Amino acid sequence: MTLTRRHILAALPLTGAAALGLGFQHILSSMRTGQFDPRAIRTSGGTVPQFPPLSPLPGLQGAIEGIECTSLTQQNKPILLNFWASWCIPCVTELPLLSALAPSLTLWGIAYKDRPERASAFLARNGQPFERVGQDKDGSAAIEWGITGVPESILILPGGHVVWHHRAALTHEVITHDLLPLLRPFL
Amino acid sequence: MRFSHSFFLTVLLLSPATSYAVDDPKELLPNPQQEQEAEQIGQQLRCLVCQNESIEESSAPLARDLRKIVRQQLTQGRQKSDILAWMSHRYGNFIQLKPVFNGETALLWLMPFLALGSACALSYRLWFKRPMQARSPQDTALKKD
Repeated sequence: MTLTRRHILAALPLTGAAALGLGFQHILSSMRTGQFDPRAIRTSGGTVPQFPPLSPLPGLQGAIEGIECTSLTQQNKPILLNFWASWCIPCVTELPLLSALAPSLTLWGIAYKDRPERASAFLARNGQPFERVGQDKDGSAAIEWGITGVPESILILPGGHVVWHHRAALTHEVITHDLLPLLRPFL
Repeated sequence: MRFSHSFFLTVLLLSPATSYAVDDPKELLPNPQQEQEAEQIGQQLRCLVCQNESIEESSAPLARDLRKIVRQQLTQGRQKSDILAWMSHRYGNFIQLKPVFNGETALLWLMPFLALGSACALSYRLWFKRPMQARSPQDTALKKD
C-alpha cells in the first residue's frame, strides 16, 4: 500500500488530537507538581507603587516608624513586605517563620483592615518580627500593591524593585525554594 | 386588586434575572446611566477572591472595594479602557474576565478563524479540485484502494 494524499489527510486530525492530548497531559501534570496554577494571579513586578503614607501602629515596644513610598525605595537592603491582620488565621502560623527570617532579612509589616489595638495585641501575643509596621485601615494601599487577601509577602530589592509577590502564607518550602535564591546575592 | 396582582407578576417576570451583590444602596451611583456603565465594567472584572465571579456578582470585601473604585473613577470622568488598564496594572491581565489580545493570547483568539479557514480550504480542495487531479498517476493509485 502506497502512502497517498488521502492517507496524509486522514492522519492530520489524528495528529492534531494527539498533540492536544499531549498538551493537556503536560498542563495536568504540571498542575499536579505545582509548577502551573491556572488560578495564579501573575503581575509583572516592576517598581514600588504610589500609595498613601501608612501611619505607624501604636502600642508596640520601641519607636517603630510607619511606611511610606520614599522610605521603601531608598533602602540599600532587600525588604520583605508582609501584609497581615489580627483576624487572619494563616498569619498566626506564618509569624514564627517570619521571626526566624528576621535576623537575616529586614521585614516590614502592614496591618490590613485591622483595628490598631487588636493589631498591636496580636504582635504582643505572637511575636514582633517587623522593623516597621504601618496601618492600612481601609485597605486602599493594599489595592495599589495588588493584594487580594492576607497574608501576602512581597520582596523589594534596593532601588524599589519588586521581584517577588507570594499570594499565600509563607512555608518552609516556599522560603527555601523561592525566597532564599532571590536573596543569595545580598546575604 | 386583580390588576395589581397581574401587574406585579408582569414586573417580576420581565425583570432581568441577573443578580448583583450590591449590598448597600448607597454604593449605587445617583446617575442611572453612569451606574449602568459601572455595572458593565464590573462584569468584566474578575473577583480575585472567588475567581469565577465578576466583582458585580461577588460579595467578597475586596470585590466591594473594587466596585467602589470603579464608581469613583467613573464619576471622575475616566473611561472604561482607563479603568480596565488601572485594574490590570495592579492585578495583572487575569483580572479581566475577557482576555486581552496580546502575544500570549493571540492563538486563543485566532483559533476559531484558523480552524474555520483551514476547514474551508480543505473542503474546497476536496470537493472542487478532485476531478482535475484524478488524472495524475498518484490518484489513479488512490482509486484502486
